[in-house]
Amino acid sequence: MKVLVAVKRVVDAYVKVRVKSDHSGVELANAKMAINPFCEIAVEEAIRLKEQGKAEEVIAVSIGTSASQEQIRTALALGADRGILVETDQEAQPLSVARILKAIVEKEGIDLVILGKQSIDTDNNQVGQMLGALTNMPQGTFACKAEPGDGTITVTREIDGGEQTVALKLPAIVTTDLRLNEPRYASLPNIMKAKKKPIDTVTPDALGVSMESRIRTLSVEPPPQRSAGIKVGSVDELIDKLKNEAKVI
Amino acid sequence: MIRDQEILDQLVAIVERFVRERLIPAEDEVAETNRVPEDIVAEMKELGLFGMTIPEQYGGLGLTMEEEVHVAMALGHTSPAFRSILGTNNGIGSAAVVFDGSDAQKQRFLPRYASGEWVGCFCLTEPDVGSDAAALKTTARREGDHYILNGTKRYITNGPVADTFNVMARTNPEIRGARGISAFIVEKGTPGISLGAIDKKMGQAGSLTCDVIFEDCPVPAVNLIGEEGEGFITAMKVLDRGRLHISAVSVGVADRLIGDALSYALNRQQFGKAIAEHQLIQAMLADSRTEAYAARCMVLETARARDRGDNVSTESSACKLFATEMVGRVADRAVQIHGGAGYVSDYAVERFYRDVRLFRLYEGTSQIQQLIIARNMIRDAS
Repeated sequence: MKVLVAVKRVVDAYVKVRVKSDHSGVELANAKMAINPFCEIAVEEAIRLKEQGKAEEVIAVSIGTSASQEQIRTALALGADRGILVETDQEAQPLSVARILKAIVEKEGIDLVILGKQSIDTDNNQVGQMLGALTNMPQGTFACKAEPGDGTITVTREIDGGEQTVALKLPAIVTTDLRLNEPRYASLPNIMKAKKKPIDTVTPDALGVSMESRIRTLSVEPPPQRSAGIKVGSVDELIDKLKNEAKVI
Repeated sequence: MIRDQEILDQLVAIVERFVRERLIPAEDEVAETNRVPEDIVAEMKELGLFGMTIPEQYGGLGLTMEEEVHVAMALGHTSPAFRSILGTNNGIGSAAVVFDGSDAQKQRFLPRYASGEWVGCFCLTEPDVGSDAAALKTTARREGDHYILNGTKRYITNGPVADTFNVMARTNPEIRGARGISAFIVEKGTPGISLGAIDKKMGQAGSLTCDVIFEDCPVPAVNLIGEEGEGFITAMKVLDRGRLHISAVSVGVADRLIGDALSYALNRQQFGKAIAEHQLIQAMLADSRTEAYAARCMVLETARARDRGDNVSTESSACKLFATEMVGRVADRAVQIHGGAGYVSDYAVERFYRDVRLFRLYEGTSQIQQLIIARNMIRDAS
């Protein structure tokens, strides 16, 4: 089985981001960047499949500027076999990303695509589903468990009110939820060895995909500041306020 | 010298993350129990942290000095006890074999240090011998193909958990100074080794030290490191490298203390505003930041010079003198900024205030660094 994982370069989850003064986005200059946490779970799952002898090869792909090589290197240090950088200066919007992944799936003959369910920067949660639609591959989204069988994969999904288990025929797409696994730390010797693993660079053009923008960001605002609460004197007063001021009961 | 910036960035990033996610949350437990939990030690081994300075052909990372100080600064962001566990394998416990060991010694010991299977320690200090190390009294008497060791070594970091002891002992009682001293690598289990009680220290709980006593301990002659009479030179080389490492750790701890103090100052309200808005608090923050930056520049510059092959004896001592005294002042200000809160152990600064005191004492006190610097100056002038 050949597994493809996608890794997105995003601002590190521990960095406090600030909105740019012109409200066009968040300030990323000099911000520490990292692999999207959901993508990291996807990498871990793929490596575990390889360690169990269920996957022969794990390919890590990233789409972005040459700086995204860092995130591919992280995936290689964790245990992926080789990387593909789809190099572009343009913003990678979900539909373009899905089309690029489709091209790679077809070119490489991928049996299983494992993606993060969403990236922590734009929180779109679209690429896995779009890739399913474009390729007609079955999808198991929000996975908290994934068990490959003979030509199939059984995926347990986190849904409202419980879990749903679906059986997918390979080739298939799995998108990861937080509880699928706990990613390991790349060991220092493996980080050094990862430098010797190959990374191919291609362009969206070469894959026949246009990066044309379909979504325009109008404005980015910081979350509103939380105002101070008040203390109420009695249960009656609380009920009155919930009823008449907050209007929630 | 940084061989590959991208790889180093990744190494430092993973160490920073490990510190943030695993080590910092365990600081209180380590302080209370005086031991680093087994599972954390196992994770440190898996990460490869025990072999950072061991050459690559023996299973380590073979970090250059500049690379090592970057990692040491990252490790400095948490309790020094964690660094201490792996510090001897990366520094004073292994360096004698790395520098002056025979091929056979390297083959036997270095892969085990690199993996963390064995923990090494460094035995120079004695009950009557500290700064004047060349006066050490432990003896090694040649008998056939063994040396018989007798003597007591004091304050031995990782002594209680050590698998090997790098012992400096006098092989020639006729020579009272440095020239009569030889270095040995002694394996645990050799007859005649006993350990004293674990020392009760001011700080750095979790980093264990004790006396190591040798009574008619027969050490195979093949465990002599280098030549007879050259042990003191070996020991000085070991300490010379260690000075930059301790300096880098001091810079890392200072950064942590400044971060803690800043975050407290931004949240603590007095006189109707955050205390960070008050200028006398700002002065303390600014002084700490400036001094830590100065020490960082010194450490990086000296590490680069050492990688180039320059003699950095004076500069290493200058780094250790300045960086360890600096972190003492930074810790003092961090407590001051915390006010009464800085005196109770709910805040980490109280613990760090005690922890950093050791940096000015071990691997050469501040006064010994002053002597080295001044003597080098005088020697160069004459």
